[in-house]
Amino acid sequence: MRAGDAGPSRATAVGGQVDRPVDGSLSVEGLSVTYPNGNAALTDVSFRLEPGTICGLVGINGSGKSTLFKSIMGFVKPRSGSILIGGRTVGAALRANVVAYVPQAEEVDWSFPVLVEDVVMMGRYGRMGFLRIPSKDDRRKVDAALDRVGLSDLRHRQIGELSGGQKKRVFLARALAQEGRLILLDEPFTGVDVKTEAAIVALLREMRDEGRVMLVSTHNLGSVPDFCDQVVLLLRSVIAAGPTGETFTQANLRRAFGGVLRRFSLDGSILHDDDDSRAVTVLTDDERPVVFYGDKTKDADAGPQKSSS
Amino acid sequence: MTEILAPFSYDYMVKAMWVAAMVGGVCGFLSAYLTLKGWSLIGDALAHAVVPGVAVAYVLKLPYAIGAFVAAVLAALAMLIVKSGTRLREDAVIGVVFTAFFASGLLIVSLNPTSVNVQSIVLGNILGISDADARQVLAISFVTLVVLAMKWRDLMVVFFDEAHARAIGLRPLAMKTLFFALLAGMTVAALQTVGAALVIAMVITPGATGYLLTDRFERMILFAMGIGATTGGLGAYLSFFLDGATGGVIVCLQTLVFLTAFVFAPKHGLLAQRRRARMVAP
Repeated sequence: MRAGDAGPSRATAVGGQVDRPVDGSLSVEGLSVTYPNGNAALTDVSFRLEPGTICGLVGINGSGKSTLFKSIMGFVKPRSGSILIGGRTVGAALRANVVAYVPQAEEVDWSFPVLVEDVVMMGRYGRMGFLRIPSKDDRRKVDAALDRVGLSDLRHRQIGELSGGQKKRVFLARALAQEGRLILLDEPFTGVDVKTEAAIVALLREMRDEGRVMLVSTHNLGSVPDFCDQVVLLLRSVIAAGPTGETFTQANLRRAFGGVLRRFSLDGSILHDDDDSRAVTVLTDDERPVVFYGDKTKDADAGPQKSSS
Repeated sequence: MTEILAPFSYDYMVKAMWVAAMVGGVCGFLSAYLTLKGWSLIGDALAHAVVPGVAVAYVLKLPYAIGAFVAAVLAALAMLIVKSGTRLREDAVIGVVFTAFFASGLLIVSLNPTSVNVQSIVLGNILGISDADARQVLAISFVTLVVLAMKWRDLMVVFFDEAHARAIGLRPLAMKTLFFALLAGMTVAALQTVGAALVIAMVITPGATGYLLTDRFERMILFAMGIGATTGGLGAYLSFFLDGATGGVIVCLQTLVFLTAFVFAPKHGLLAQRRRARMVAP
């Protein structure tokens, strides 16, 4: 099943400099991005992801998530600070095909005349010669990638003829075929049913165990604790970054989202007959909500609960 | 029988058929990209914008391709400046700029009636094309064809998914610039063949037809090239008998092919869609 895979990048580089496996570790150091119109999209963003990590990138619209993605892809030049991918600059990492991008469904032209296998083959282009003529090895890796995401039977479909979940998996297969070590996923769970979400999460976990790094931007707060090892909370700069357990807390979420989240709290006599002081708090960004129960530190600043609706 | 072969006994007819087929085929290749990106109007704008360049080149006795290219670059810059300096929508900007260029071109031509006539720019003059012009057209087409044959996959990735193109180390801006340079070149070539008014058809209709016929990009390119080349050659041939404007004949043929595909295409045609709708309905 893992036929076309280079294996974890932690493995020792035996091949010399010819096709040395590159790890997908991401190190962002003091990154600031200002757009030509003077809009400071990111200010002094720093965080680091080691190989074998799934990291959730969480923040409101306009918090700089897509600017961060664009910086990692080299679309925008930072005003200051640096990004290193596997120890290389962005340009060198892109040329080495280390970074793979899984686009948001709305960004894709689904009526484009390409078949599922054509899209997955595009993942191999960066590793082909000048004329981009696929070799046997390229075809085998496309087959393996399709097999892995369970789309082998649909490989001759035009991409617009797929269901929502299948559409996502096409682009995951492309990232696999590309053998990307740092994979950027833009809202992979939007408009996807629970079963597909579970399938995608399972695949992401497998990819993590192969030493890849996944940076996942998501509004789906509820699923973040399920599959993210690390979380970066972004609001033009980093509100908090680190292991999910320590970072993904009510207090941090409230700082990152301000009043934007829907928030429902149940506590005291509504919830319990006894004098248990724990409360149920539901936070949602109009996707799957995140539920906190029995947080030892009941937020002091919460005061009388008002649910904004 | 001899009558059917008559056009082949005239050098100028043979030349016209060759040139028209070549231009039609290569324009067809480009049309596969233009149709998909929703850039059809830009092709039209470019075709009209090169007219003043051609006119000035004739006046100064320079190769018309140079004048056309300069005009195309100026037009592109003008569109960029107007677009970034105002809050006008893109189609309005294109409309303002290309009519301005076209009008100034017509004005220059009419002020210098001896150098070149308006009709051959607007309607093309493939039957009267000089050997030097024919060589120029064939050279432009050949270079464009070679570049496209080498880079069609890269261009496809850039047109389909720019972010991925970057991720695999391509430079989307450079690729798009390359595409527009090729388009500008072929616009000039097609100007000679079918005239400024109909260039747009050459770089849109074959691709639009190919899109109806297949779900694979490479086949779409092949269909578009086949349609472009066949209608080009056949159009020049037929214009010998019809005694009509070659450009008109070529584009009418292309439209005929398009309409046939529109109705009868196996999957995306009108009849196929009706059939499917009936099968779904109770």
